[in-house]
Amino acid sequence: MTLSRRVFLSAAALPAGLAAPNLARAQAGAGRVVIIGGGFGGASAARFARDNFPALNITLIERSRSFTTCPYGNLVLAGRRDINFITFGYEKLAARGVRVVHQSVVAVDAAAKQVRLADGAQVPYDRLIMSPGIDLRWGSIEGYDEAASERMPHGWVPSLQPISLLRRQLEAMPDGGRFVMVIPDNPFRCPPGPYERISMVADYLKRAKPRSKLIALDAKNGFSKQPLFQDAWAELYPGIIEWRGASNDGRVTRVNGAAMEVETEFGEKLKGDVVNVIPPQMAAKIARDAGLANQSGWCPIKPATLESAQVEGIHVLGDATIAAPMPKSGYVASSHAKHAVACIAASLAGRAPPSATFFNTCYSHVGADYGISIVGVFRPGPNGFAEVEGSGGISPRNAALTAERRKEHRQLEALYADGWYDSITDEMFG
Amino acid sequence: MKLKFALCLLLLSGGPVFAQATDTPLLIGGCQGCHGASGQGGHGIPSIKANHSRDEFIALMRAFSANERPATVMGRISRGYTPEQIALLAAHYARPQ
Repeated sequence: MTLSRRVFLSAAALPAGLAAPNLARAQAGAGRVVIIGGGFGGASAARFARDNFPALNITLIERSRSFTTCPYGNLVLAGRRDINFITFGYEKLAARGVRVVHQSVVAVDAAAKQVRLADGAQVPYDRLIMSPGIDLRWGSIEGYDEAASERMPHGWVPSLQPISLLRRQLEAMPDGGRFVMVIPDNPFRCPPGPYERISMVADYLKRAKPRSKLIALDAKNGFSKQPLFQDAWAELYPGIIEWRGASNDGRVTRVNGAAMEVETEFGEKLKGDVVNVIPPQMAAKIARDAGLANQSGWCPIKPATLESAQVEGIHVLGDATIAAPMPKSGYVASSHAKHAVACIAASLAGRAPPSATFFNTCYSHVGADYGISIVGVFRPGPNGFAEVEGSGGISPRNAALTAERRKEHRQLEALYADGWYDSITDEMFG
Repeated sequence: MKLKFALCLLLLSGGPVFAQATDTPLLIGGCQGCHGASGQGGHGIPSIKANHSRDEFIALMRAFSANERPATVMGRISRGYTPEQIALLAAHYARPQ
């Protein structure tokens, strides 16, 4: 490799403004990058690193052999997609040169720069990326523990509980029955997710069990894409959905799995034929054990590089992070992933980190051929992250569109949602 | 010898786009999420791969950001980019000139 060395030295002699990233990355950016977690953040990081930084040695550690996405889980719940459609394997990432290790991580030793696996193996790294996802806060709603979640499924963490459990209960529900949903306060994974779920359950009830009702009890007073969802519920599902916010006694403090009953802050008890409890959440255990989370249960990060604000040499991505106003979404995790990998490659090559721009496009299916979206472009701001002024926002409301344009807009966004899903999952697992 | 040739090109190329070459793979992340890895589109999402000249691409993004062209998400997205970033995207996606 004498030629490489010579070229690298020449490149190093270039004026600063003419840095040669393509060359530098091939020569000087070598290093071992270990990624913990094979979801949207981790899988995107592995793929992006393989495609753009061949000098990086990439190890992806993920305990499961397959990954079921949260996005489109609500369509599986409604019977509009099959669970296999949203489940992916890691074979193609491995074929692209990612070392995929299906093991649980039991400890991260940041001082020694190594990760210990359940089988006792130690995996050394130069830089660590953690995209650990979330844990549910069992017991934060009194009575809601793992046992209760079998009776009252959360359907919120596919690796803990497949959405098919809630689907089976919904299918077994009698016509004229009541579907109760319990929704947490912010922050939580996928801010529009519970409301897409309300929509998709209503879509199923309207088709299969039209005398049934859905009651959503929410621990907050407002939610993502709220005007769009509520317009659509009135239009598509009149008489089926009742949503109650916190100021209308929507906060559930206790559940009784045996009685299939939930109790609100002010003591009202409600029974459901199916009860879906989405409990409060926090960063996954491995991140908390590694010292990445603060007292909030989530992980503070440095906006310019997404490095942990608490532990050096570890980049933290996705739902586990404190990154508001960026939502805890798959697309944001993927956007985090690319930036973190580019920062790592730059750092290993002795260069300054690239400038940061993060993206989120998040579609929700509200009915058949009826999609809505929220978009955001973000940069590091004076305190954390900031949305680029004038950009982003939600789809136009019904009143802002002619009837003809409205139909077209909703149809297109439902179609584009499918395109988004194909693109992003292909990027990770294709 | 390929690398050496690339280095010569780099020296001759005048800089700005190359200087930010690391930025391009990051920036296109905002496009790839819907338009696909190479910009090929699908599910009704238009292809943006080699469909326009650089000038046309830039004009299109300006029209989106000014709400002068009907769009679902592109108006909201395009306003998040700086003119320099739009130029990098145009250089990446436009037809070779």
